[in-house]
Amino acid sequence: MTDAVLKPSETSASGLPLTALGVGALLVVAFGVLPLVGGEYLFDAILTPFLALALAGLGLNILTGYTGQVSLGSSAFMAVGAYAAYNLSLRLPGLPFLLDILLAGVVAAAVGLVFGLPSLRLRGFYLAVSTLAAQFFVQWVFNKFGWFSNGSASGVITVPPLTIAGVALDGSVGRYLFSLSVVTLVTLLVWRITRSATGRSLIAVRDHETAARVIGVPVLRVKLFAFGLSSFVIGVAGVLWAFAYLRTIEPAGFNLDRSFQILFIVIIGGLASIRGAFLGAGLIVVFPLVLARLGEALLGGLFDSGVLEMSQRIVLGLLIIGFLIAEPAGLSALLDRALLNRGWRRLTARARP
Amino acid sequence: MSLPTALKSAFFAALLGTAALTPLAGAQADEQYFPLQSYRVGPYAAGGTGFFGGFIDYLNLVNTRDGGVNGVKLTWDECETQYEVERGVECYKRQKSKPGVAAWNPLSVGIAYAMIDDVGRDKAPLITVNHGRTDSTDGRVFKYVFPLLLNPYSETSGIVNYIAAKEGGLEKLKGKKLAVLHHGSPYGKETIPVYQLLAEKYGFSVEQIEVPHPGNEQQSQWLSIRRSKPDYVVLRGWGVMNPVALKTAQKVGFPVDHIIGNVWSNSEEDVIPAGEAAKGYTAITTQASGAEYPVLQEIVKTVYGANKGNLDDKKRIGSVYHNLGIVNGILNVEAVRIAQAKFGKRALTGDEVRWGFEHLKLDAARVEALGAKGLFHSINVSVANHEGEGRVTFQQWDGGKWKVVSDWIAPDWALLRPIIEKSSLAYAAEHGITVRDPAAEEASN
Repeated sequence: MTDAVLKPSETSASGLPLTALGVGALLVVAFGVLPLVGGEYLFDAILTPFLALALAGLGLNILTGYTGQVSLGSSAFMAVGAYAAYNLSLRLPGLPFLLDILLAGVVAAAVGLVFGLPSLRLRGFYLAVSTLAAQFFVQWVFNKFGWFSNGSASGVITVPPLTIAGVALDGSVGRYLFSLSVVTLVTLLVWRITRSATGRSLIAVRDHETAARVIGVPVLRVKLFAFGLSSFVIGVAGVLWAFAYLRTIEPAGFNLDRSFQILFIVIIGGLASIRGAFLGAGLIVVFPLVLARLGEALLGGLFDSGVLEMSQRIVLGLLIIGFLIAEPAGLSALLDRALLNRGWRRLTARARP
Repeated sequence: MSLPTALKSAFFAALLGTAALTPLAGAQADEQYFPLQSYRVGPYAAGGTGFFGGFIDYLNLVNTRDGGVNGVKLTWDECETQYEVERGVECYKRQKSKPGVAAWNPLSVGIAYAMIDDVGRDKAPLITVNHGRTDSTDGRVFKYVFPLLLNPYSETSGIVNYIAAKEGGLEKLKGKKLAVLHHGSPYGKETIPVYQLLAEKYGFSVEQIEVPHPGNEQQSQWLSIRRSKPDYVVLRGWGVMNPVALKTAQKVGFPVDHIIGNVWSNSEEDVIPAGEAAKGYTAITTQASGAEYPVLQEIVKTVYGANKGNLDDKKRIGSVYHNLGIVNGILNVEAVRIAQAKFGKRALTGDEVRWGFEHLKLDAARVEALGAKGLFHSINVSVANHEGEGRVTFQQWDGGKWKVVSDWIAPDWALLRPIIEKSSLAYAAEHGITVRDPAAEEASN
């Protein structure tokens, strides 16, 4: 990773009011307009998975982008969150679901802390491999012990319907709004933390561990905090994935591929940037669908769906490589530049190198 | 234009393009549409291409030969899932907006689970032939879900009954020793309680041995099998695990004709890579393989003759997965036909096709009339029984092709029904579903 990748992209203070305005407008559209105009496909196939994956990307970004610890175990923590929420709602039926989510996040954070321990000794590549252990171990545990899936014969669980304060959110709009609210709240929390002294110590650890220690940053505590917070956020994303999106859980759904997917979201979207996770998730969720539609419309008659799928993979792969070469700081930086080019943020333009 | 700019332009052009190409609505009224959530890419591609190839070949045959079902043309399109749940869900949402959906056939347990709620709300039948959620056999609870022909519990019972027949009767099972070599996944472990139940009833012992996914190394498992010397080994495998099991069995000297494969260990793709080691291996199936059945001959003549066949490799015509696709096609088309007899010869709604599936009764004579005598036995679906009493048969691999070596064997449905109902009623209670009364429904129809 070069310095360019690790440079935080949202440091300009003068850009903040405009950003806040943009986010506000986005929220108004997301909460107020979309539910009125969108169809089931938009919510169930695009927006809800986008929100869940964006949240997972945000969680990983705390760890990888802000603190500089590479992890390949993200989908394991999603699985922990999903299974924890399922078992909490099953075994403690009196508990309100919002509390279930919170506790599921806490459980995921606890597991994250355990698997974060090696980070106190290991760095970089070695740490990535040790987080891989989390990935395989968690999947194995859910596979091996039937208790987690309530003895379900096939191991695939149907989750109970989503109910908040007695209101059933079983329609696609309801589940979307629920995800949106959770994602907004958690994102706000993460944003606050990254802008606080704690957030700065995360970045200090990432940029130079020894220097951070010298200026009095408790490196070990900060690393564990990053693992805990990251796993908490990813665990909540797992709950959304299972309860709001798929409404079914199976261990195989949280495999290594998903971990890589989340890592790509962070890399493509932009490391150490809140909106990077959303941009990256947007690309990962929407782009294959765009390609599928386009491919179907343009070449549908020529190939069977298998060939079509393969060519889409190639195109997506090339695009990712293209993005990384042309703009290694991710979509977030690309967006910055696009805005600059239009002259909307002339003031900040001079401040940038 | 710099590269980023070019990329940007391409991206937005693509977005615009998609907006313009939103679902092609407005198909003719008299078309019955089969949305196919197929998979031709990824680790399960061998099964996907064969199954969906056979399904499409049969639909093509009905269109070309008969002009559709009573004049109603059959249409379909494919959406690639790669056997992944979220892709399947996306496909479901994409395809359901098209008119005249007859039935869903994802051929994936995970995708089927994710669709159970939705098909109930959208009132369209979900077919999981030869697999699926066992307790969805109870149609009183799972109104729109049909694990046609064979659920995993019946499969297990069929295998045990076959072994009993080989040994000379169910009472001969007493004291026998079975080892089940299963894939280390929910699928692999699904039948553990049923083996337990059957072992207690018939007095044999069962040893469950797990092979971690993907199963390309089984030395230790087979050494432990050699130590415990079971009378039979049941192979509940998938993919590469199957040929490796057969090869390793040969290495440790376990007789191959005492290894019995389940429905996901019964294809050509499972035995050909094992070469000589697979010669004499027997596996369960609901549909015989081979292309000698009249319906297959017609497909070869009408569909492949006109160069409209779906399989790229014509050698796969009549293979296990291809024939399963054809049988699945027959079941779907006949359900539509039966429903048309009640509701009229037009494009039906999903709920009407569901009625057709619940009255899908194909006896031996009807199966013969369809040109499928010997391909599969019969089916008898009802409101309460969504599996439909499918029979199983056993095929032995002779090194070149599968040869049927048993009669059509009936699983012990009566024995399994109580555990299925226990599970389905628990599901009904959990999800607030009113259990249907089959007698009342039949009376009102």
